[in-house]
Amino acid sequence: MEPAVKNKTKSTEQTDNRLKFLNAALKKNLYQPDALIEILHTAQELFGYLSRETLEYITRELKLPPSKVYGVATFYNFFSLKPKGEHTCIVCMGTACYVKGAAELLSEMEKFLNIKAGETTPDGKVSIATARCIGTCGSAPAIIYDNQVAAYQTKETVIKKLKEWL
Amino acid sequence: MSVKTFSIDGKVISAKEGQTILEAARDAGIFIPTLCHFPGLTNVGACRLCLVEVSNSSKLQPACTTKVSEGMEVRSNSEKLKEYRKLIIELLLSERNHQCSVCVANGNCELQNLAMTLGVDHVRFDFRFPNLPVDISHELFGIDHNRCILCTRCVRVCDEIEGAHTWDVANRGANAIVITDMNQPWGESESCTSCGKCVLVCPTGALFKRGVSVAELQKDKSHLEFIIQARVKKQWIR
Amino acid sequence: MDLAELLEISEKERRKKKPLEIHCCVAASCVSSNSQSIKDKLTEILRNQNLADKVDVIGVGCLGLCSKGPLLRNSQSGEFYCNVSLDNVEEILKDLKGEKCRIEKISPDDPFYKKQMHIVLENSGKIDPESIESYIANGGYITLYQVLHEMTPQEVIEEITKSGLRGRGGAGYPTGLKWSLVAKSVAEKKFVVCNADEGDPGAFMDRSVLESDPHKIIEGMTIAAYAVGAQQGYIYIRGEYPLAISRLQTAIRQAKKYGLLGSQIFEANFDFKIDLRIGAGAFVCGEETALMQSIEGKRGTPYPRPPYPAEYGLWGYPTLINNVETFANVVPIIRNGSEWFSKIGTENSKGTKVFALAGKIARTGLIEVPMGTTLREIVEEIGGGVPNKGKIKAIQTGGPSGGCIPASKLDTPVDYESLIELGSMMGSGGMIVMDENTNMVEVAKFFMEFSKDESCGKCIPCRAGTYEIHNILSKILNGEATQYDFEKLKLLCKMVKETSLCGLGQSAPNPVLSTIMNFEDEYLSLLKEDI
Repeated sequence: MEPAVKNKTKSTEQTDNRLKFLNAALKKNLYQPDALIEILHTAQELFGYLSRETLEYITRELKLPPSKVYGVATFYNFFSLKPKGEHTCIVCMGTACYVKGAAELLSEMEKFLNIKAGETTPDGKVSIATARCIGTCGSAPAIIYDNQVAAYQTKETVIKKLKEWL
Repeated sequence: MSVKTFSIDGKVISAKEGQTILEAARDAGIFIPTLCHFPGLTNVGACRLCLVEVSNSSKLQPACTTKVSEGMEVRSNSEKLKEYRKLIIELLLSERNHQCSVCVANGNCELQNLAMTLGVDHVRFDFRFPNLPVDISHELFGIDHNRCILCTRCVRVCDEIEGAHTWDVANRGANAIVITDMNQPWGESESCTSCGKCVLVCPTGALFKRGVSVAELQKDKSHLEFIIQARVKKQWIR
Repeated sequence: MDLAELLEISEKERRKKKPLEIHCCVAASCVSSNSQSIKDKLTEILRNQNLADKVDVIGVGCLGLCSKGPLLRNSQSGEFYCNVSLDNVEEILKDLKGEKCRIEKISPDDPFYKKQMHIVLENSGKIDPESIESYIANGGYITLYQVLHEMTPQEVIEEITKSGLRGRGGAGYPTGLKWSLVAKSVAEKKFVVCNADEGDPGAFMDRSVLESDPHKIIEGMTIAAYAVGAQQGYIYIRGEYPLAISRLQTAIRQAKKYGLLGSQIFEANFDFKIDLRIGAGAFVCGEETALMQSIEGKRGTPYPRPPYPAEYGLWGYPTLINNVETFANVVPIIRNGSEWFSKIGTENSKGTKVFALAGKIARTGLIEVPMGTTLREIVEEIGGGVPNKGKIKAIQTGGPSGGCIPASKLDTPVDYESLIELGSMMGSGGMIVMDENTNMVEVAKFFMEFSKDESCGKCIPCRAGTYEIHNILSKILNGEATQYDFEKLKLLCKMVKETSLCGLGQSAPNPVLSTIMNFEDEYLSLLKEDI
């Protein structure tokens, strides 16, 4: 699957390609309304977020009421209706990580970037978010940098990583 | 169809098989408070006001979804239930802005009536005073989210009776909110038929007719109940 | 596929085996510490030394002791190499040659391993989770063959019932009874659902099982489907577990290819298909009615039971829902017999339980112990106690639905009932150790914040009640609360517990209630005088 397109100026060719993937997913699920969540997953992966246009397209293809699609898309934490940053950083706030100081790591990060969890830096470089346990409690505290889980994080490793990105 | 005999608060009642405790209680003239239930719409068991103690269960059961069974003993007015119901109303009142004195539904509001019936004379929680939007983009109706209790009657009546599914719930938890279509202004909703059923069914002043002032909103629910009877039970004459 | 073919695959796979295998953990925790590149580097070193025909490096599932990861194991001596890194991986070679090795080694006789008993985890760390042949060579799918050809559905259910297995998702409902209810329901379609939406923070048992031994879940589900008469299965798995998802996808594809899923499995008149459903980040979807809503593509909001899923489940059809660990027990029970299983554990809680040990403890990781093992044996002997001679204050079990057990109750044997008596619950198996420096009111607030954020918002007690409980806890921690607030807190907890619609709301106050029950002084010391 294609990763989220990073720059905002995308050529129409790219757009078409991603739509092709979305259509393939719709077809694979036989346009069944109950495949809504699978389709939203695919769309989020392709476009990085769910724009109003994307949601309307899915609404039409799956023959669902728009309010229902919007209701489902906003119920689940995974789906984002706003574009995300070029890099994402997800701090695990599960109990094991919390006990080992994940909250301090997060506030360090928030201070450094001057944004809050769930937000993106104004230049669109970095988004930070929290997760409710990513299941790698043995290596707490853990942080996911762009889909890579990093174990035993400290304030130093966090800042180092952020500096690499900025 | 067989008949089931059971008791509510010691009073012996007979009910049709398949009836819920709430239906049987209402037929027998016994009051059980509800906010999310509306006759003819699917029951969701969300407001928890109709919880009753049932002899064959260690947990409290919602009267709106629990079917009667032979010999069942129901208690609907224990001290515990009264206390819990008051707490539920207090939670509802503190969650959003329910200032009756400036509300179109003052005097014609199910939440207000229940608060009075259940003896809610003060609220033990801090008011949250959320600053939620008021949408009056629709030419006939408006919605004030500050007065919404998320009972979802509007969502259900629109889907099940009108068949438009204009309304649904977005977000979750404390951020839950009812929306029209793609969370767009109600007036821009393409699916809305302007039938007004959602306004009639709303228990508070959240959904209202435009142009009414404080305490002027009259909701003739009997008319809506007639329409629902006709659709669901094929009973066209009152 | 028939029996002869299955045995041939098994035989072929066994012949391929080399005299010595180095098992390298490739489950999520070790992967996050770079175990995949360590495996590649070791393979390369062995090839360069012309040892590739004698020694094999195999990626395996969880080896248990996550805190010492990346972990590798020597299949001959059974010893574990701890904290292996790209810089010291050559040292393993020295060990193989009998030279002195500078990597920390742990013997299988170490208390961490010695005290355990592996039923659910029997294949974890032994087989390659990405190879169906590896599973078959370890006796996989033979049980399914026997079930389909030698047992009636009724006999399967009887075996499960007699074993005394209870649901491992938390509530402990007797599995055999659940199966027989679904089997009895008459309908044209039935479903089997595996609940892999393990959402408790601090719990990673199901993830580990799925990453280490995915075929065992597929085989267990297929046996369940045969027993209850279902044709379609779903595994509802958390989106936060990408590795487990990809291994399951691989496993399902392999099983289909061999005809172990699909139509006429093992040439019996039985069809079964499994699809994955990936969650999208909602804790409440672990609740079975919410989970079914989510599978149907809707908002994951629970609805009142009855009707129970056994009668009226997915799309209105009878549906069997069990959690991952429950399905993982099915194959061993059928293979070894219910009598064998029912001898393990305590009178009312049979078998073993997998726990995820985490928090302020020397050895964090995944363990499996017989029911009835005491908490002390788990945290002190297996877990090695609090590091740096710290003292245990409490053990949290059951996640946001459970509670905190004080250190004074460490001699309690672990089973469903005894944990409930202590104000906690078994839950899915997260076990978090807290030391003396832990503020219990803060712990309660942490869990309440979780429940508040994860509330679906459908019913008022949970939507607004958890918010107010969280509010009062913050007030207490800020020293702004009085005795009046504390009484209100207790009343509110009781009310939310008794009136909420689903399990999430009903159990959300447990962390507060259990800390009040066991550590009330901490609350009282934070209250200010009434004015």
